[in-house]
Amino acid sequence: MILEMKNIRKSFPASAGGTNEVLRDISLSVDKGEVVSIIGPSGSGKSTLLRCATFLETIDGGSITYMDTVAASTDANGRVSYISKNEMKTVKGYFGLVFQQFNLFPHFSVLKNITDAPVKVHGRNAEEVKAEAMELLAAMGLGDKADAYPCQLSGGQQQRVAIARALAMKPEILFFDEPTSALDPELTIEVLKIIRKLAEEHMTMVIVTHEMNFARAVSNRVIFMDGGVIVEQGDPEEVFGNPRQERTRQFLRSYEQ
Amino acid sequence: MEFGTMLETMGSGMLKTIGIFFLTLIGSLPLGVGIMLLRTSKNKVVKSITKAFIAVIRGTPLMLQLLVWYFGPYYLFDWSIRGWRFPGLIIGFVVNYACYFAEIYRGGIESMSVGQYEAAEVLGYTKSQTFFRIILPQVFKRILPSITNEVITLVKDTSLAYTLAYAEVFSIAKQISASQTSFMPFLIAGVFYFIANYAVAFGMERIEKALKYYN
Repeated sequence: MILEMKNIRKSFPASAGGTNEVLRDISLSVDKGEVVSIIGPSGSGKSTLLRCATFLETIDGGSITYMDTVAASTDANGRVSYISKNEMKTVKGYFGLVFQQFNLFPHFSVLKNITDAPVKVHGRNAEEVKAEAMELLAAMGLGDKADAYPCQLSGGQQQRVAIARALAMKPEILFFDEPTSALDPELTIEVLKIIRKLAEEHMTMVIVTHEMNFARAVSNRVIFMDGGVIVEQGDPEEVFGNPRQERTRQFLRSYEQ
Repeated sequence: MEFGTMLETMGSGMLKTIGIFFLTLIGSLPLGVGIMLLRTSKNKVVKSITKAFIAVIRGTPLMLQLLVWYFGPYYLFDWSIRGWRFPGLIIGFVVNYACYFAEIYRGGIESMSVGQYEAAEVLGYTKSQTFFRIILPQVFKRILPSITNEVITLVKDTSLAYTLAYAEVFSIAKQISASQTSFMPFLIAGVFYFIANYAVAFGMERIEKALKYYN
């Protein structure tokens, strides 16, 4: 087991006062080599779930475990506690995240975007990291872009650099938060190809996506979320081909037009 | 008075003007960071006090502030202000400009997208690495035009030192003009300020160009 999230609860303050419960007792575990797609309508809590898993949001209840380290837990009184900053360093090394908006560092070259964190955060040898980064870039079809700056690249190229940046940290698991939602259809294809290639190499991944055909083709498991709960999950052929829940059928129909 | 002598007399004033200019920048650019940090502090008391202080500094004339810094110690505490002219002057300039810079820094930092912080956090950068490696270089580029504006204003504001009878170029020009009944010193001073600002604009443009390699 690489990731285990148990009974996760998360609320945000609502604009009208009170709170808006975005995640209601959600549990998710991911095994090594698994590719999990999370689908669902906007506001269903998919992205929030990823943000909780990557500690960009703090949970209001439940527990998060990476490998054998319990990173966040809730005691009998319902108080949530996270492990210390120092212990968190190791845990953060277990995962990577690819954002919808890429979030590359614009003042760094493509190469430096990829090499800076392994060198400065993990303290690895610069030459060695650079060699790996060049290999990653070649695998992304961007071997000639090492010295370019993000602003000189198309959205699809930027997202591939962002994937390379995440992979350079050698994560056990890679999260994708709607990686193609900011891209044109043609550019979407080149990014999906890369993710598919990673899936073939058995990279453990959790992908929040609106690309239904893609999710069906690459995933070992599909999760349909709505209203902060997992409505249905299972084999992609089952979920897409023969959904058990009426809500799932309704959602999938909206993609058929 | 011959033109050459006039120029020579004013030359010492020009050096003093340049002195005020550089001392003000050296003091206010870093002090601005400190004030910005207080201004964005999580402590509400610290934040409000800093905000009020900035409001006073920005809301009153620099000329008045110079007078307060210079004469204040005497009127408020009955201290001797002998030898206090130059320090008082520099403090007045530094504090004034630091407040403006603080607000420029704050605007620059607040304009950064949350995504930059989040990307850095997920990659495991520490808070200070994130600030110094990721945020600050980008903020610097963004605020450069505003900084240029302030620096150009500063070149001209140095003439306010004349309020404290400090013998920078403008004070001397005024003296010579009165004693020689000549308009020439003002022309010389004008040309001096203009050339100084031309140099500032040229330098800042070079820096801006050097940072044009990314958007």
